[in-house]
Amino acid sequence: MSAVLQVVMQPGASAQALSALLEKGYSVRVTQDAPRTAVSDPTEVAPSPSKWKPWFPVIDYQRCTNCMQCLSFCLFDVYGVSKEGKIQVQNQTNCKTDCPACSRVCPEVAILFPKYRHNPINGSEVQADDLRREAMKVDISALLGGDIYSMLRDRSAKAKSRFSKERDEDRALKERLNCLNKLQQAMDIPGEVLAALPSVDEIRRKAEVAKAKAEEAKRQFPS
Amino acid sequence: MTPRILYCHCAYARVLAPEVKQAVLAGLADAGVEFEAVPDLCEMSARRDERLQALAAEGPVKIAACFPRAVKWLFHSAGAPLPEEAEVLNMREQSAEAVLHNIVGVKV
Ligand code: SF4
Ligand code: SF4
Repeated sequence: MSAVLQVVMQPGASAQALSALLEKGYSVRVTQDAPRTAVSDPTEVAPSPSKWKPWFPVIDYQRCTNCMQCLSFCLFDVYGVSKEGKIQVQNQTNCKTDCPACSRVCPEVAILFPKYRHNPINGSEVQADDLRREAMKVDISALLGGDIYSMLRDRSAKAKSRFSKERDEDRALKERLNCLNKLQQAMDIPGEVLAALPSVDEIRRKAEVAKAKAEEAKRQFPS
Repeated sequence: MTPRILYCHCAYARVLAPEVKQAVLAGLADAGVEFEAVPDLCEMSARRDERLQALAAEGPVKIAACFPRAVKWLFHSAGAPLPEEAEVLNMREQSAEAVLHNIVGVKV
């Protein structure tokens, strides 16, 4: 990620020109102090807009209780712990674009994704109903033993294979897949994210590492 | 002290209705006021852009972006907590008219 270049302009610049600069990734300062002489087209020397869609979790510390569930859940090292023992988002660019799953495991609805579609994860005020609904989702994931990613991956592999058709009669399997389907929908995990997950063994390994990190943080900084 | 004005273009996602953000940008440009426009506050927050720290430290500011709770914690996460007097106008839910009326006091 490179720094945003700033263009300085006199008031009265057209909205079209401003919009074109912003779309190209420039920041614009409209000020009387700008030189009155016309500047050459800055976009000629400019960077192209960021390729990265800025998608990452943001913590509302007024709600967060530092329980570390997000840290144990995330397989991609997005979360970490500050020197003072506080949960932090440390590796924003590791986050999987359009996946809000960790916000769904937070029991306090303290994780926002400002570019998400739905309330309250997008940053709208949290209502009592939201708290009840989110708590229900946490319960479902707890029922599934916390090993959500590997089960979901397993499910998507099975759904794709002929094996699942041959065993169509297997009611237990069907029910389990059904339940996982619902969970994927409830957590709004994009299909592409599931398809891009590593092997089940690798997921289990990563989940253990993440969980150990969270446990270590809780041990060092008991609340 | 006149509040400074910050406009977020949310350039890397279709979070804001294009007609709302374009109308707010046009209203600011037409009003002849001084303001700062940035492509995407989320991206700046992830980079902990120094400009956010400067903006937060310079006193009252009106920010046209999205949900106030999101903007507040984006600044916080960039190590640039917003001052109490900061006001966030929500282009996801408010009309361009309402946003401009609050910021520059004009009807469009
Ligand atoms: S799961 Fe939620 S409450 Fe727990 S540490 Fe993470 S953000 Fe805070
Ligand atoms: S702060 Fe809100 S409006 Fe600005 S880029 Fe982020 S999501 Fe979009």
